[in-house]
Amino acid sequence: MSGILVILEQPHGMSIEALAAAQQIASELGQPVFAAIVGNDAPAVAAYKVEKVHAVVHPLLAEYTSDGYRIALKQLIEQHRPSCVLFPHTYQVRDFAPALAASLGRVLVSDVVGHRAPNGSLVLVRQLFQGKLNADVRFVGDGPWFASIQAGAFRAENAVKGDAAAPIETVTPALEASQIRTKPLERFRESQRAVDLGAAERIVSVGRGIREQENIALVEDLAKAMGAELAASRPICDNGWLPMERQVGSSGQTVAPKLYVAVGISGAIQHLVGMKGAKTIVAINKDPEAPIFEVADYGIVGDLFQTVPALIEALKK
Amino acid sequence: MKIVVAIKQVPARDSLLKVNASGTWIDDTDLSWEINEPDAYALEAGLQLREAASGEVVVLCAGPEHATQTIREALAKGADRAIHIETDESAADPLVLAKQMAAALEFEKPDVILTGLQSDDLGYGQTGVILAEVLGYVHATLVMSIETTGSGIRVKRELEDGWFQNVEMPLPAVLTIQSGAAKLRYATLMGIKKAKSKEIKAVPAAAGAAPLVTLERVYFPPKSKKSQIFEGSPQETAAQLVEKLRFEARVL
Repeated sequence: MSGILVILEQPHGMSIEALAAAQQIASELGQPVFAAIVGNDAPAVAAYKVEKVHAVVHPLLAEYTSDGYRIALKQLIEQHRPSCVLFPHTYQVRDFAPALAASLGRVLVSDVVGHRAPNGSLVLVRQLFQGKLNADVRFVGDGPWFASIQAGAFRAENAVKGDAAAPIETVTPALEASQIRTKPLERFRESQRAVDLGAAERIVSVGRGIREQENIALVEDLAKAMGAELAASRPICDNGWLPMERQVGSSGQTVAPKLYVAVGISGAIQHLVGMKGAKTIVAINKDPEAPIFEVADYGIVGDLFQTVPALIEALKK
Repeated sequence: MKIVVAIKQVPARDSLLKVNASGTWIDDTDLSWEINEPDAYALEAGLQLREAASGEVVVLCAGPEHATQTIREALAKGADRAIHIETDESAADPLVLAKQMAAALEFEKPDVILTGLQSDDLGYGQTGVILAEVLGYVHATLVMSIETTGSGIRVKRELEDGWFQNVEMPLPAVLTIQSGAAKLRYATLMGIKKAKSKEIKAVPAAAGAAPLVTLERVYFPPKSKKSQIFEGSPQETAAQLVEKLRFEARVL
């Protein structure tokens, strides 16, 4: 049993970050890297430095189902017996990978943000309590070890390309229509986005710390005073206090403005992945341990109901 | 329809956390506790499903003795009865937990099992999916709404980047519920009163499932970026921040 198998979803984005993670971990453990991808994108993956790309192809895998992916990838893993299987931590991976690992009697370490490889063993870092704490996690017993890599934890540009294209091996899993129990229907979007936060130069974003819907106006005033678009973390939009199109984070928009001001946002990883590309980040929060301060350039630890009015005043000067 | 809602009790959201003496979990003395917020949405979905399709809502919760407070609150909101898996292991891996839950449900034969998309403490986001695998049930994650059809259910799933998808499946099924998909109800006075006489069946945690991952060390994350924190009165800190944004970062 040897080798790191990285199972990609697409030949770009978080999948390539997971591939970068696989290359880095493999070199530290002295093991080869193999890639696998369901569908027809294997040639784009083969440009990267991997031993081989497994193209998993079957008509029943044309549309994603948890059953189809679990059954097909289980066969691949049983056949190749890698020591470690990595995924990008996407919504789709979250839907099937825990079941895939469990079907092989293993646990997936989800949402990995870092790693160490002391003495040939593997320690993975993940977050607890919405990013307030980190944990070093170690596998007990034999591989294959399963882990999914959070967005932004590894850099896609660090993924190494190969001197020549890696060989592609097409595998057709044994899969019957009767094994797929769910019937996926059309994908759809509810409404067109009227606000493009991605183009905003400055964003003032509000989180749970605002407590009541009527207090949103205060943060709106700050946004006006800064010439900024107003945005929010997920709970604010879930409550219907601001429309969903103003949500920043893994389930909303990804933004990279010149200035991002986080007001009353603790900074759970789901929010951070959507905004940590901002050039200058300001955090205003009453909890000095809030994870938002880890990414902030400037911070004010204090009550936003005092700080925000004072800021609006200071901006007038 | 028999609906099981799996809930977890976690430290209250505003808790100031401390790491325990051995550095392997939090120090859980002097904390206040509440229902894991995503599970509150699963409970709401379960109660709404019962209202639409009739049947029974059974709360399933693994945790120490103080978890009974959260179980009572779920009963007060309208769940019919509860199963409490008694365990002091607060950081069990999700496969161990799912096996304990499957064992506790052995004689229940639910049609639908609902749970939150993840816990606010460990945050693996996997227990529901693994429970489905252990029980041999079909599953769907990030579910926004549930409709019954003639032969099973149709659910609306959230995908990435603002996309959704309807998926049909037979029963029994495990669904993990996306937070925010519905308004949460409050317990009524009558509900609180009734909850006192509702059954909470205590069962021991099934033995035998050895953990496959361990938390070796728990710690506060190192600060990766050097942030300038301003101190003083609100007026002073505001003035310092505006000054920096104008003349150092040059973003205003």
